[in-house]
Amino acid sequence: MAITTAAPALWLRREADWSIIIAAAVMVLFLIVAPFVLYPVFLEKALCFALFGCAFNLLIGYVGLVSFGHALYFGWAGYLSAYAAKSWGFDPEFAVLTGTVTAAVLGIVAGGVAIRRQGIYFAMITLALAQMMYLVALRMKLTGGEDGIQAVPRGHLFGLFDLNNEMTMYAFVLVVVLAAFFLIYRIINSPFGEVLKAIRENELRAISLGYRTDRYKLVAFALSATLAGLAGAVKALVFQLASLTDVHWTMSGEVVLMTLVGGLGTIFGPVVGAFFIVALENYLAPLGQWVLVIQGAIFVACVLAFRRGIVGELASRLRVRL
Amino acid sequence: MFEIFGIPSQALFGQLLLGLINGSFYALLSLGLAVIFGMLNIINFTHGAQYMMGAFVAYMLLQYLGINYWAALVIVPVVVGALGAVIERLFLKPIQRLDHLYGLILTFGLALIIEGLFRNYYGSTGQPYAIPDELQGGRNLGFMFLPNYRAWVIVFSLIICFATWFAIERTRLGSYLRAATENPTLVRAFGINVPRMVTLTYGFGVGLAALAGVMAAPIYNVSPQMGSDIIIVVFAVVVIGGMGSIMGAILTGFALGIVEGLTKVFFPEASNTVIFAIMIIVLLARPAGLFGRSV
Repeated sequence: MAITTAAPALWLRREADWSIIIAAAVMVLFLIVAPFVLYPVFLEKALCFALFGCAFNLLIGYVGLVSFGHALYFGWAGYLSAYAAKSWGFDPEFAVLTGTVTAAVLGIVAGGVAIRRQGIYFAMITLALAQMMYLVALRMKLTGGEDGIQAVPRGHLFGLFDLNNEMTMYAFVLVVVLAAFFLIYRIINSPFGEVLKAIRENELRAISLGYRTDRYKLVAFALSATLAGLAGAVKALVFQLASLTDVHWTMSGEVVLMTLVGGLGTIFGPVVGAFFIVALENYLAPLGQWVLVIQGAIFVACVLAFRRGIVGELASRLRVRL
Repeated sequence: MFEIFGIPSQALFGQLLLGLINGSFYALLSLGLAVIFGMLNIINFTHGAQYMMGAFVAYMLLQYLGINYWAALVIVPVVVGALGAVIERLFLKPIQRLDHLYGLILTFGLALIIEGLFRNYYGSTGQPYAIPDELQGGRNLGFMFLPNYRAWVIVFSLIICFATWFAIERTRLGSYLRAATENPTLVRAFGINVPRMVTLTYGFGVGLAALAGVMAAPIYNVSPQMGSDIIIVVFAVVVIGGMGSIMGAILTGFALGIVEGLTKVFFPEASNTVIFAIMIIVLLARPAGLFGRSV
């Protein structure tokens, strides 16, 4: 495999942990100060996409699996979360849980089908499965078809905190995203994560060492789908809306873009990439269809000349792990 | 008129015909994908956009230059194919030694650029393209009404598909191509210009997509998103058939078109998801695909 990740040599690792602690501290500090300077809703959106990107990166960056259908979990978790909050009157924590569990189930099923083929076929299968569920969403009553599920109540977290207050909402999103981020970091650095990286580098060799790589891949896929679902479920509450946009293939492409721009296989890459792309789209929104062209151009430029991404480039310049 | 399984023959055969039409586009597109994959080892995500470009170039030729359908049938694949060759030289050649995934991401980006550009100038509503005069009307076969243009599309794409099969499997040039797919270094050592062959192969595959686009123009409206709608279905077709065999790609394309048409008659709600459902079943039962060698 020749995926350009910023994985440094082993001898770098002892001091490298410091770089991660420092970067994490900077990130948390920024996210605490940010809502007093920037629009909280913008930050909430960027945070949801950051988590979505991190979940996606778990697969592409650490297992070497390219899913082109991650909108499936993001979008459907959003639908179920919105539906639970609106029609069943669930509190936000249970609504989010409903969405996340939905994504987990979808991830196990879709992952079980997709890992039967490798490489390029894997990407096509995940894309096809996502398109199938997009067409289902288009027709089902539960999803509201073209209208989506609108006016989703944010409700009171644990019956105590009113999420209609924007700052409370921001705090909720921040805690969820940071917790998930930490979880992903722990997964990557666990013995399980080491096996995943071994599969990325040389799957046949991992098999010959006695690892049942299919099981590892399936678990990684399910985890990635679940966390993508968590992001989608929270996003549905933030915007009080679940719509077809979030299950469409363009959304699957967007998460690839964010992760690529930030840096495949870096811990902070998807976060930086998500903030970059969400900010970019905010500024470019008046340009209409040109956004598609610009996104495409960024894809091409990244692949041709900037494969390490922002964080990956930074890490290799500073010779640290980020 | 008579009935089969309680369905009027007119409706049944009408949908079957529509299925065959879709099938011929699936076949042409998956054929192009398979040819490109064999030589370049990338999945050409831009394929849908190039199919859409085929339809649009035909539309523009008629609209602005008054060039008719028959001429477009020749000009468009050459023009779009040449553009494909340029894309190969500029974008795909530099990354040919990298992991497959970069080829996929790059061609995805190119597809976004092309679709975005056309959406900018033509919006997302479709533009009509008239059926050429010679193929207007149709004939009554007794059990169904057969529009001439649709009959032409099916026959012509069958001819193109088998001509491609013949060229690759039975001619000298085709044998060079197959040899270069197996072992490019060795073929180069025999004095054959493999990089040029790669470029031409990509151009040829793209030309097939453009040709399908020209043929599709009078049937569907010419719209910027027509490519992305069909390419994902074609990916499923390719997964079902496997890309190891040219004939496999052709047969799978037509067969799935027919299945889709039949589903429209008997179970209309599932008609646009049936191919994906078949893909899942095939993956569970025969992971390498119907005609594929295990990857």
